[in-house]
Amino acid sequence: MGYCPGWLHKRTPWHAWKGAILKFLSWRRLRALCWKETLQIFRDPSSILIAFFMPILMLFIFGYGINLDSARLRIGLWMEDSGAEANGFASALTGSAWLEVHSYDSRAAMERALVDSQIRGFVIVQEDFSRKLKQPGETAPVQLIADGSEPNIAQFVRATVNGVWQTWQMQRAEDRGEEMKREISLEPRYWFNPSAESRNFIIPGSITVIMTVIGAMLTSLVVAREWERGTMEALLASPMTRTELLLSKILPYYGLGMISLMLCVSVAHFVLKVPFRGTMLALWVVGSFFLLSVLGIGLAISTGMRNQFNAAQAALNAAFLPAVMLSGFIYEISSMPVALRAFTHIIPARYFVSSMQTIFQAGSLWKLLLPDILLLMGTTVIFIGLTAKLTKRRME
Amino acid sequence: MNFLKRIHALVRKEFQTLLSTKSGWVLLVMPVILQTALFPFAATLEVKNASLAVFNEDDGRASVELMQRFAASGAFTEIVPVWNGAELDDAIGKRDALLAVHIPADFSRRIIDGETSPVQVVLDGRRSNSSQIAFGYLQSVLDVYLKERAAAAGKALPSELVVRNWFVPNLEYTHFILPSLVAIITTIGSLIVTALSVSREREQGTFEQLLVSPLTPEMIMIGKAVPAVGVGFFQATLILIAAVFIYHVEFQGNLLLLYGGMLFYALALVGVGLFISSVSKTQQQAFLGAFVFMVPAILLSGYTAPVENMPVWLQHLTWLNPVRHFVEIVKGVFLKDASVWRVWTLVWPLMIISFSTLSAAAVMFRRKSA
Repeated sequence: MGYCPGWLHKRTPWHAWKGAILKFLSWRRLRALCWKETLQIFRDPSSILIAFFMPILMLFIFGYGINLDSARLRIGLWMEDSGAEANGFASALTGSAWLEVHSYDSRAAMERALVDSQIRGFVIVQEDFSRKLKQPGETAPVQLIADGSEPNIAQFVRATVNGVWQTWQMQRAEDRGEEMKREISLEPRYWFNPSAESRNFIIPGSITVIMTVIGAMLTSLVVAREWERGTMEALLASPMTRTELLLSKILPYYGLGMISLMLCVSVAHFVLKVPFRGTMLALWVVGSFFLLSVLGIGLAISTGMRNQFNAAQAALNAAFLPAVMLSGFIYEISSMPVALRAFTHIIPARYFVSSMQTIFQAGSLWKLLLPDILLLMGTTVIFIGLTAKLTKRRME
Repeated sequence: MNFLKRIHALVRKEFQTLLSTKSGWVLLVMPVILQTALFPFAATLEVKNASLAVFNEDDGRASVELMQRFAASGAFTEIVPVWNGAELDDAIGKRDALLAVHIPADFSRRIIDGETSPVQVVLDGRRSNSSQIAFGYLQSVLDVYLKERAAAAGKALPSELVVRNWFVPNLEYTHFILPSLVAIITTIGSLIVTALSVSREREQGTFEQLLVSPLTPEMIMIGKAVPAVGVGFFQATLILIAAVFIYHVEFQGNLLLLYGGMLFYALALVGVGLFISSVSKTQQQAFLGAFVFMVPAILLSGYTAPVENMPVWLQHLTWLNPVRHFVEIVKGVFLKDASVWRVWTLVWPLMIISFSTLSAAAVMFRRKSA
């Protein structure tokens, strides 16, 4: 069959190998099965929705909607003192670009505004503020109440008001010809993301969530669908092998996933202007192993459940939510308890998030990427292997 | 009477398909248990167990004292000593440390000379939120240290900022997550139940049987809505119990107000679910449709990142998002004892949303069944 060069005669290793492969699959059948799967993808509007519309939508949501850097914080101000010093501090607050200061007719109204989430904190300047400030031995307190029900915002409120208060103190000392120097100052410097914008690390991380959706959610339904509709019986009655079945489910979705990945990275870089410092090669290697891992999860669920409703629910809980919650793309893994940290090691999304952040922000530093790539290879073997084990060539 | 009897029969049938199998139960209860067990620990923006790299070139007392204080603060469990600039680069690059502190050789000398002595802090920008928060911890440690030094030298600071947090004094993230989780899990549960129930019947061919029965499209809708609302209430109650009795988050408000809000929220979800169901042909389409609605809705609910940080046009757009209103209701009632008036301002948008989605679904149903 076919042309065979002279030096590859009869019992060469190549023949043995080829023979071994042919026991498991025939290229013709595999091509036909892949074609069938591809047609099914493109004929169903919902898979197109997931593969092309959803990534763009999600990127824009993560690009504009998920912003951990507070823009302008709304706070209230209650003045019990009308002295010059107190007014000076009040105008420092209202003059800050980071604060939007509201005043209220009564303290009760201001407190209600905090309960109703109209403001995220308030500052109280007590009546003896100006007097205490002038007395050398006394300390004039400024009270800040923050909305603890929003911990992240409360931190920002505290830091911002603290900043205004310190600048005001320094300015005041300077005006009075005194020297007010801090003995020690901390000087922050950002690496990898000099402007410290949260979107620059959230967008690369969010591509993980998008790829999980494509890899695991779409595929979680495909095998279960065949069982539910009875077309699996027809497939099993054909001479198709287990390897062919598996590959025909993996290859088309791998192709779809890689196209989406390129789409995501292009939109992130060219439209959302996230710096991309890595290379296509690094992206392709890391992306492939991650995609194969999540395809493995989706297919394992689908093969194990054989019921679309259950498979859908399971995929949501086993693939999507961990990718959001436990991958470290918003929530820091090192802040989690030990048991949970150990658990995140089997979540492929974790390795993909860290390598995507490196590829985008730092470049293709293979020294940093290699451990992630090896671990992603490991998860690929585990989850595809699990699917292979669950795939049966018989009806029960 | 006939009307109620028919609906009752349909609702019973729906509950049966939902709960007759063991896996049905497992899928209703397991996600709730799993998520309430995992997410309060996972979904935290607090910085704990972080490591700090220290490159100290100074051997004066002040630098040693300052480092000891950094090490003693709860946020950093590991101090990585580094001995040169290259090692410091490596510690940040390989994520061995979230922050790195560099104390220059003339640190102590500058303090003695009365100059401001700078300490460089390198922050990992790939994790800018966490490193900013950790930097805040360092800053407050330094503030305390400076205050003590001033007091020891006999100088009182002219002014002082006293900070207190209301509602959640220690800013525990679990107190923030659990109420939001009530909203998120109910969303997933009831939306998927409604979205898939009709398309499953359609795929299995039993939808035609429903249509030839004496049930009107509206009755079918009610029959599909009741179990979904039931599932939502059931799951929400489970999390509430876990939040109060296992996590000890104090419930501040009025339970009746919470369940009232939940009813309208569940109705809004049912409307969305039925609408998706009515436009999809297969379960796969319904599931993916529900998913395409759900993910943006949850992400833009103020749960992952505050609504007020979004651009203004997007803030206005989130008004259409039922999850946003319900997250506010649960958090408000649970943590802040929100007033009836406040809850009402959040419930009426839900009423409008549920009214419009339910009527849209009804129109689609009538068209399909005609």
